[in-house]
Amino acid sequence: MTQLASADKKKRANTAKPTAMKSLEVEGHEATVGKVFTDNPKMTMRNVNVYYDDKQAIHDVSIDIAKNEVIAMIGPSGCGKSTFLRSLNRMNDTVDICRVEGDILMDGENLYAPKLDVVELRARVGMVFQKPNPFPKSIYENVAYGPKIHGLADTRVDLDEIVENSLRKASLWEEVKERLHQGGTGLSGGQQQRLCIARAIAVSPEVILMDEPCSALDPIATAKIEELIEELSENFTIAIVTHSMQQAARVSHRTAYFHLGKLIEVNPTEQVFTMPEHPLTEAYITGRFG
Amino acid sequence: MQATNILILILGLGVLAFFLGRGRSLALAKPLGGIRQLHSLPSYYGMHAALWCALPSLFLLCVWMLFDDSLINRLVLDSVAAEIAPNDTASYNLLINKISNLADGILPRKGESAALVAAADHLVSLRIISSWSLTAVLLTLSSLGLLWGWSRISASFRARPVVEKVMQNILLGCACLAIFTTLGIVLSVLFESIQFFRSVPIFDFVFGLEWSPQTAIREDQVGSSGSFGAVPLFVGTLLVSAVAMVVAVPVGLMSAIYLAEYASKTVRTYAKPALEILAGIPTVVYGFFAALTVAPFLRDLGASFGLSVSSESALAAGGVMGVMIIPFISSLADDVITAVPQSMRDGSLAMGATKSETVRRVIIPAALPGIVGGVMLAISRAIGETMIVVMAAGMAAKLTANPLESVTTVTVQIVTLLTGDQEFDSPKTLAAFALGLMLFTVTLLLNIFALHIVKKYREQYD
Repeated sequence: MTQLASADKKKRANTAKPTAMKSLEVEGHEATVGKVFTDNPKMTMRNVNVYYDDKQAIHDVSIDIAKNEVIAMIGPSGCGKSTFLRSLNRMNDTVDICRVEGDILMDGENLYAPKLDVVELRARVGMVFQKPNPFPKSIYENVAYGPKIHGLADTRVDLDEIVENSLRKASLWEEVKERLHQGGTGLSGGQQQRLCIARAIAVSPEVILMDEPCSALDPIATAKIEELIEELSENFTIAIVTHSMQQAARVSHRTAYFHLGKLIEVNPTEQVFTMPEHPLTEAYITGRFG
Repeated sequence: MQATNILILILGLGVLAFFLGRGRSLALAKPLGGIRQLHSLPSYYGMHAALWCALPSLFLLCVWMLFDDSLINRLVLDSVAAEIAPNDTASYNLLINKISNLADGILPRKGESAALVAAADHLVSLRIISSWSLTAVLLTLSSLGLLWGWSRISASFRARPVVEKVMQNILLGCACLAIFTTLGIVLSVLFESIQFFRSVPIFDFVFGLEWSPQTAIREDQVGSSGSFGAVPLFVGTLLVSAVAMVVAVPVGLMSAIYLAEYASKTVRTYAKPALEILAGIPTVVYGFFAALTVAPFLRDLGASFGLSVSSESALAAGGVMGVMIIPFISSLADDVITAVPQSMRDGSLAMGATKSETVRRVIIPAALPGIVGGVMLAISRAIGETMIVVMAAGMAAKLTANPLESVTTVTVQIVTLLTGDQEFDSPKTLAAFALGLMLFTVTLLLNIFALHIVKKYREQYD
């Protein structure tokens, strides 16, 4: 009798998808599953909570980012992955109502310590945004912006060298070397985004945060940026938020899945996309919601 | 019947036509199976009938009002007795005024000549005829229009495009009205100026270094023949405007930066309207503030430093004008600074720039074209400003670049030339039009320049 009833229940859960999904969400998660921590962490986050006013956007997230790895953060819209990324270089400070709790450390140093210099932090943790946002200045001035405000170049020759190296690393040099002093806004979308990457790496950061860097670009420009991310990972630690699971699969070493402000699963990328541990992750990557 | 009453009547008929037209279309639709069987919505049929009813009559009313008076006057004058018939324009106007005053009962009829009284009676009767025939014609026209508009309604009649077209033309007409008014003002100023340049060579006016517009009215009067060199006036205007901009641009710009970038939401909600109250103070109040408070203060302050400051100085007028312009610049600059995309700020902050570095190196350069446009508009406002300088800058046309001295401006001179009793065809009064024309040209050029810059800026982010 009871067996029958439970079998019946199971059947219903299988056939009625919305109910099944709902039950998944209600079950929630207790702790992040997978390989969350690493032996050589560049950044360590422990019990991070982020609030907008009294609304909690990030719930108790703990994760390590290893040196020179590319970690992708995926998840449905509004799951807090961008918010989390922005708290790694304290860009959330610019939002008045935003409050960050918990420990975020880089090389063992607490980023939210009162005496920490935000200017210095942001020089060490660069950021590339969703929409290419070159300043309305020349290409040269765009790249030279960071080195100038941080006093990285004593002479014009030094500065020229930094600009050239950054543009080369962003594989943009060949395309723009003839028109360094023309406006950066005149470039194509993909070139603009690579200019923004060049701008970010001009101050030699240790970590680069990328917030959906390809979402405004066409497939060819996207392919170039992805290629670039792979090259950059030799020298930099990269955290990338993306909406495209293919992109996460292509560029990242590890993938973190966020759901409703919670970190559900962190695992090597290959594993996440072939054998996810958590049912929510599986539901997302198989396209049951997104 | 009076024109206003006719107007109300026509509009009333129009409303009636609307409901009749709508009712007819609804009645037509019912047997066909609802309004979806009609080509247009019922209100379009109503509008169609209303437009046919009101528009032709309104048009005729306007034309009638334009030509009514001159036609009646002509008829009256043709009929007056030969002994009082006018022989030139001046006496013509005088006679018309007199007859019309007699007819209206403003002047007593006693003691006037029989011919005049007869003319006045004739005028009265003509006016009555005109008024009644106007009423009759318009009512007939409206009714015919109503009938025509109403009778054309059928299920397949395309009322919507017709109404849309008429509406579009009405809007066009309104736009043209504003343009033609501007054109009319420009042309009238232009013609008076041309008349002025007949007596004073244009070269002397534009490049002359001496301004003293007093001309002898009678032959035997002692006095200069007047000299009309506009340079001292324009130098005065530029001096006062320059002082105003020196005050307004930095203060306005910095307050805009503070409000847009630094101020918390609470401060902004109170500070912004408070700043804009400045813009609501009438210029005449600024004027006596400048003349009675600031100018004496500056004079005393100058005296304590051993400087001789005139009690009506360019500094006082320009300074107060600058304060007046602050909200103008700050609200325009605030707009363009807030229009700089947030992504620019994020980009700069993420590079590790401080807030002030971001403002200086990214936001101001990005907003610069818009800011320059705003400053240009403010300059043309300063140049055209009248009340403050009339009260605080002085009357003497001095060619000086010293802001401590009293100077006069173009607008002040226009005011003094045109106030009080004077002949209207002397170079002295006509000079006001020439000055106005030059002022207009200068501000127009500045405005075009400013709009051009603002437009260029708009293209940058879209």
